[in-house]
Amino acid sequence: MTWVFDHLGLLGDLTVTHVYLSVLPVVIGLIIAIPLGWAASRWRPARAILLTVSGLLYTIPSLALIVILPALISTKTLDPINVIITLSVYTIALLVRSIADALSAVPGTVVAAATAIGYRPVRRFVGVEFPLAIPVVVAGLRVAMVSNISLVSVGALIGIAGYGQLFTNGFQLQFVTEIVTGIVATLLLALVADLLLQLIGRLLTPWTRVGR
Amino acid sequence: MNLLTSWLFDPTNWSGSTGVPARLVEHLWYTALALLIAIVIGFPLGALVGHTKRGGFALVGAANVLRALPTVGVLTLVVLLAGIGLVPPIAALTLLAIPPIMAGAYAGIQAVEPVVVDAARGVGMTEREVLFQVEIPNALPLIFGGVRSAALQVVATATIAAYVGLGGLGRYVFDGLALHDYPQMAGGAVLVAVLAVLVELVLTGVQRLVVSPGLRPVRTSGGIQR
Repeated sequence: MTWVFDHLGLLGDLTVTHVYLSVLPVVIGLIIAIPLGWAASRWRPARAILLTVSGLLYTIPSLALIVILPALISTKTLDPINVIITLSVYTIALLVRSIADALSAVPGTVVAAATAIGYRPVRRFVGVEFPLAIPVVVAGLRVAMVSNISLVSVGALIGIAGYGQLFTNGFQLQFVTEIVTGIVATLLLALVADLLLQLIGRLLTPWTRVGR
Repeated sequence: MNLLTSWLFDPTNWSGSTGVPARLVEHLWYTALALLIAIVIGFPLGALVGHTKRGGFALVGAANVLRALPTVGVLTLVVLLAGIGLVPPIAALTLLAIPPIMAGAYAGIQAVEPVVVDAARGVGMTEREVLFQVEIPNALPLIFGGVRSAALQVVATATIAAYVGLGGLGRYVFDGLALHDYPQMAGGAVLVAVLAVLVELVLTGVQRLVVSPGLRPVRTSGGIQR
């Protein structure tokens, strides 16, 4: 424990980096996945193409993609941007399907009712269809968040900062405490992120708890 | 693109004990071993809880904690505790594979129509027969979905075995990194990616053969879950 208290500054820095590298891709992924999921829920060909491509992307291992990206888009080999792009791609691949399914599951009568009281397509999407899809979207975000948090650690093997450095460093120094600290910190971060997402999901969908 | 292919298409990298075929065999060996142990541990647990409908909450909770466990952390920790060898990567990969297998078995069996299970008991089947002849066959799509997802994660992550001195396709990634030999690193990464896609295709095919046609069309939720 003394090691932990002596290195709070380091742990703080690593936490900031880890959170940044795992949360930013979720935000980017969500922003891109919403229009794609919408398109997939509207047009059958778009659905077929988007779901096939995202299934394929999801199959490619993250460490492999992080390593291959520099050759494809000329980034620097150990640049954190490779991690952010890779994890954003996974988040998109994961969310497009859930968003498309959730939007398709909105009852036709609800959409018809919204149209009847004067909602135009864009406002209807923002005000009616997307909010009804939020529980499914949050479920997808929780999966993406937890897997991103554990994937960032893998990046440490090829020199990316974050809690993973506690593993590589502890391994080189044969220092168990440092590795255990890293494992506990990762679990805590995953837990906190998951609880926060659940909380946000509840706050955004007050109607799910009315009249029960 | 030359960066990706120069190492990969050099014939000297495709022979001998450090050549691609040898590394591929090592990679598949780690994958198969970890997957087998995970099935032996995870499947009975998931099936038992799904059949008795007791302890589902604890099982899902345990699966979620295991999912959040950083594989690299487990790997390095076990190396320090047990020494370099086959044990650390297999332990880490097994822990990675247990949650999807366990959750798939539980979710599948738990979701078999109660009417079907009651009918099976009604015609005089023992609990064992209910589980093996009714629940498991009906739950196969989800059981298989869990195994597929586990296999995919393990084949992708077996790369890290090379970080602690073992072989497998990860060898090229870490050797390339140490030697500042990007084409080798990228070549290894491409091989891992191709292997993952092939494993997914093969398992999808096997699933078609194994699962009763009566249970199609199969919609495993969200495709592959990581």
